[in-house]
Amino acid sequence: MRPLDTRIHFSDEQAMLLESATSFCRERSPSAAVRSLLHAESGFDAGVWAQIAELGWLGIAVPEALGGSGLSLGHAAVIAEPMGRHLLASPFTSSQLCSQGLLAGASAAQQALWLPRLCQGTVASVALFEDEGSWDLTRPQASAQTQGASIRLHGHKTLVTDAAAAELLLVSVWHDGAPALVLLPCTDLPAHALQREVVIDETQRCYRLALDGITLPAEALITGEAALAALQAMREAAWLLASASAAGGLAGVLDVTVDYLNTRSAFGRKIGSYQALKHGCAELLCTLERARSHVAHAASLLIDGLDAEVALRMAKAEAGDGLVQGGDRGVQFHGGFGFTYDCDAQLYLRRGLWLQAWFGDAAHQRSRLAELLFAA
Amino acid sequence: MQDLDEFRQQVSDWLRANRPTEPDFLLPESFMEVGSDAQFNYLRDWQRKVYEAGYLGMTWPAAYGGGGKPQVYQDIVNAEMARQKVPFVPNTIGLSWAGPLILEIGSEAQKQRYIRGMLSGDEIWCQGFSEPDQGSDLANCQTRAVRVADSSGDHYLINGAKIWTSLGQYAKYMILLARTNPQEKRYAGLSYFLIPMDAPGISTRPIRKLTGEYGFTQTFFDNARVPADGLMGREGEGWQIAMKTLTFERGAAGGQAGGLNRMHLGIEDLVELARRSKRDGEPAINDPLVRDQLVRFIIEAQGDRLCGARARLPALCSERPDAIPLSNKLRVTEHARRMFQFSSSLQGANAARWVGDAQAVDGGKWQRGYFNSFSATIGGGPSQIQANIVGERVLGLPKD
Repeated sequence: MRPLDTRIHFSDEQAMLLESATSFCRERSPSAAVRSLLHAESGFDAGVWAQIAELGWLGIAVPEALGGSGLSLGHAAVIAEPMGRHLLASPFTSSQLCSQGLLAGASAAQQALWLPRLCQGTVASVALFEDEGSWDLTRPQASAQTQGASIRLHGHKTLVTDAAAAELLLVSVWHDGAPALVLLPCTDLPAHALQREVVIDETQRCYRLALDGITLPAEALITGEAALAALQAMREAAWLLASASAAGGLAGVLDVTVDYLNTRSAFGRKIGSYQALKHGCAELLCTLERARSHVAHAASLLIDGLDAEVALRMAKAEAGDGLVQGGDRGVQFHGGFGFTYDCDAQLYLRRGLWLQAWFGDAAHQRSRLAELLFAA
Repeated sequence: MQDLDEFRQQVSDWLRANRPTEPDFLLPESFMEVGSDAQFNYLRDWQRKVYEAGYLGMTWPAAYGGGGKPQVYQDIVNAEMARQKVPFVPNTIGLSWAGPLILEIGSEAQKQRYIRGMLSGDEIWCQGFSEPDQGSDLANCQTRAVRVADSSGDHYLINGAKIWTSLGQYAKYMILLARTNPQEKRYAGLSYFLIPMDAPGISTRPIRKLTGEYGFTQTFFDNARVPADGLMGREGEGWQIAMKTLTFERGAAGGQAGGLNRMHLGIEDLVELARRSKRDGEPAINDPLVRDQLVRFIIEAQGDRLCGARARLPALCSERPDAIPLSNKLRVTEHARRMFQFSSSLQGANAARWVGDAQAVDGGKWQRGYFNSFSATIGGGPSQIQANIVGERVLGLPKD
């Protein structure tokens, strides 16, 4: 078995970022705010989003020359964890994925056009999934055909997060026998191209994107190695941000649950004194500590510019399943209240089930990890 | 750097040339499992050889028998030993707990008397903390020590019993926690002693473990007379000194003499076992279910290693600084137990075999390892107590 790196580092800069992100998310995303947005069409608070842009968090992993602060995606994980913990709804992750895709695969002109705007708060997203629900991003059924100086798009994408708010979508298509990406400005979308989908996590806004009939200039296409690099960058960004957010969510649901166990009494004593519940919480704490350590390690590798695939897949498997387990036990440990819509444990359980399946569930990650680790 | 590289090479060569030949019996996993004279003699001879070569206690002061060298040399030796999977050195309680303690707070006479024999393995050490009736509650220690000065000198008379005394039947000395003040119910009445095991009135009785092997004793004190100069610190300071010993035991304080302290059997070895094992004519490691389970264990083991790295960064642990240290034993020992349990499923029908059977896979060390893994999930406070500690002290849940 190949030996595994165990580095973790955390700069003063990251520590300050963590502190400010933690208090920002706690203040801006209390449970009442999360719930008030669940059934709002946009799904997020534009004022909070503007503040996130002002804080410079959207450009954290974008070079200074393109309007960012020139740090790494590893730093964005520091922000994603408290966002997950407080279930703060925003197109942060969607936009980060698009930024990372553009940085890895777009032309200099495309980067110069879009990245400064994304850093300022222009919403963007990625359209990588299709009806089959496969996590293999390199075999899209949707396609692009070159017609002179134009390309014509066919097919559709699903589970496109924050598409209605986005001004740019990075769409994966099959082109000329290989995977490619298309920069699709949303001003070019025909009416009814986006159809809202109903997803398990009600803090998310997901859309089905119909591509038939859309024509774009040929320059909108990213092909070859650049497309593969962009797909990989988006996937890695998704793994990292989902893992960080799930670890944060696990911390959040553990807090909600421990608070309840310290408040509610049954048979003459606080229910948290019952070992059956106490031990369940201790087990979640163990999972949380492991998950956080995996996330911090994967972020450290990315900051050092090293291959992080193994670390990211481990983090995704551990944190994704961890949040589902945390939400599951959270619901159960709340007893009757846990079965109601009013109990916040269900919000975390839904988030967990969303994140678990997003860009590869734990069994999928373990299967790929086995290939990476056990290769002779 | 040049020097260190040369040193590493020299150690590597020495270990290759001097490692003892494989015995025709299964070696114990750690000092807690030494159950036969053959095992004990084999390991003690190995410790003496390592010490005489200058590879043990390298950082301890030369005046007491150590090497007087910087830590980096011992680290290199330890790493080479782990890499070459040589046998462990058995005097763990001396080398890793009592030795560092004596060097830190012992008197000059104690350092002169104890350190050299501890390193050479001529004088084996054991620990008398746990008691038969107190389980995990160390502070409730009931073994009594009463000071008496008479014509035969200044002594303590010890009465009571200790349990789980590893190497009890081989030890020359014991670190003992006993109550000198019965008026003080818990911590304050305890004192800490270094006592000779051959003092009159001390007897041991072997305890047979679930593996069928021996390795622990119960130790009885019947008006045992031990010299008063064995008292560490002052009367009433026993609890603090015991806690200091535990920080050495947990490796948190450094200062250990070095050498391996157990036979390493980890996830890498399990993966290697899966490569060798067959399922339907194919290596077991090609079976998707085996792969999935192995990767689960790897993710957990890596998570625990990474927790160790993260614990060193306060900014990443600020929310609950105690979470990693206080959950460590629960995470690591339960992981090991489940991993050993799983190892049986890699052996097909041969999983039914046991130590001593000629066809047992790896001499039966996986099955024995599973049984012995309970020593870690139970010893030092069972997992269920650990989960209470995590729930109450880390998460702030109410006590029972």
